[in-house]
Amino acid sequence: MAQKRPGMSVLFGLGGVAALMLLSVAEAFAQSAAPKIDTGDTAWVLMSSALVLLMLVPGLALFYGGLVRSKNVLGTVMQCFAILAMVSVLWVLLGYSLAFGPDKGGVIGGLDWAGLNGVGADPHPTYGPTIPHQAFMLFQLMFAAITPALIVGAIAERMRFGAVALFSLLWTLIVYVPLAHWVWGGGWLAKLGALDFAGGAVVHISSGASALVCAVVLGKRRGYGTDYMAPHNLPMTLLGTGLLWFGWFGFNGGSALGANGLAVSAILATHSAAAVGAIVWCLVEWRHRGKPTVLGMASGAVAGLATVTPASGYVGPVPAMLIGAAAGLACYFAIVWKGRFGYDDSLDVVGIHGVGGFIGILATGLFASKAINAGGADGLFFGNPGQFGVQLVTAVAVTLFSVVGTFMILKVVDGMTGLRIPAEEEATGLDLSQHNERAYS
Amino acid sequence: MKLIEAIIKPFKLDEVKDALLEIGIQGMTVTEVKGFGRQKGHKETYRGQEYTIEFVPKVKLEVAVQDSQVPRVLETITRAAKTGSIGDGKIFVRELSAAVRIRTGETGETAL
Repeated sequence: MAQKRPGMSVLFGLGGVAALMLLSVAEAFAQSAAPKIDTGDTAWVLMSSALVLLMLVPGLALFYGGLVRSKNVLGTVMQCFAILAMVSVLWVLLGYSLAFGPDKGGVIGGLDWAGLNGVGADPHPTYGPTIPHQAFMLFQLMFAAITPALIVGAIAERMRFGAVALFSLLWTLIVYVPLAHWVWGGGWLAKLGALDFAGGAVVHISSGASALVCAVVLGKRRGYGTDYMAPHNLPMTLLGTGLLWFGWFGFNGGSALGANGLAVSAILATHSAAAVGAIVWCLVEWRHRGKPTVLGMASGAVAGLATVTPASGYVGPVPAMLIGAAAGLACYFAIVWKGRFGYDDSLDVVGIHGVGGFIGILATGLFASKAINAGGADGLFFGNPGQFGVQLVTAVAVTLFSVVGTFMILKVVDGMTGLRIPAEEEATGLDLSQHNERAYS
Repeated sequence: MKLIEAIIKPFKLDEVKDALLEIGIQGMTVTEVKGFGRQKGHKETYRGQEYTIEFVPKVKLEVAVQDSQVPRVLETITRAAKTGSIGDGKIFVRELSAAVRIRTGETGETAL
């Protein structure tokens, strides 16, 4: 065995030369080619942007529109449309730069990219190295637009249109933009290691916590608890639910920023949670109230979708189903118990998005696995209890910031335009009092 | 002459109408109404929020008849509108002081 084999040294020598050559080729490659755009990835992110757009208009608009009384349907749909248009403009001019621009102390982005200056067709190394930077910006624009639109469910049927418009602009700038920066734009929560794949904290906790403040500050609708305020068109709500579910494939799947295995895994987790959420809500309601309802099925699906959002890119399908089940159960009882607290969160933004987002962020700290997403982290169940702590800090910080920010914005808007429509207009409805139009004539 | 007002379950309207035609009643007026009696309303639940619907949809059927027809008409409506469960409705009988057939100007029982 101790016999020397001359052939080996020759082989080593050849191997060494080959390795050196490969290294130099790789170096040359790295120098010449900036990150390369992948057409498939780009197509998927563009498609996903359109899917999130569809979630807001007409998805959320129909979902909310069907839940209000017939005299308020246009006003409600109008709020969603107006928020989409206004936030889009704000995002291009200022919002994107402040959220995702070069980090300033972990708190906010700089104004370097205002008006999308320097945000072009070249990829950004962290915001999707294989897609144009603008594609990422566009995808994020849709998230910024849908988040304040979620909040209007809490103030349905009673807020002045001008106040809704002003509030949404200020809220985007003062609450959404910093939160997006903290979690996704390289801010302090990102540095802490917070996992929020597609917006459990940035979108759902923020809108849910803000919705609670809005419902409390605005007060109940006149006749709440005595008048008949049942949804005026549940088929419309169901149509909206379907569009939300469909669009959520882009919301969560697009957050992979590429047409790849991670996108598929995120979509699978999303779909699994929605299905289980719908079933569990339905079963719980059946047992608790005696009948399974259409609105229950729809609400359970949305609760499952919202809850799995932060986890979708970090967990497998079975944990996603557990998350969906938790959503169906917890969000159902959150809404049933709403009556005990006495606030009028008219379309249940707190119960679904707030509670769902909170559970989702925490569940991510339990079920996240590097086997699913090597770029993420392991959760408590995969031997990393510290991640749960990070998630808890994230959920609490986002809740507190949203509550304080929203309260201050509401006070400012109240001083400028007043928040509520007068009693007589509330009786007439938003459609005629705010827009001089009627949905059904 | 008497005016008979029957508040009945909407789905029983056709049966009552057919039964009345069978005993020779030639006309009637029907209105969709809402109301409640001892039955009270029903409950609807939306996301766990319960609404008591006090006013239940009903049909009000009015028939103007000769005095002699009253017992038969009451018996017929009662039989046809009855399900035996709560909420079957009520029948009221009022005096009718005059009647005019607009086309011919006939008055009284000949106008019925």
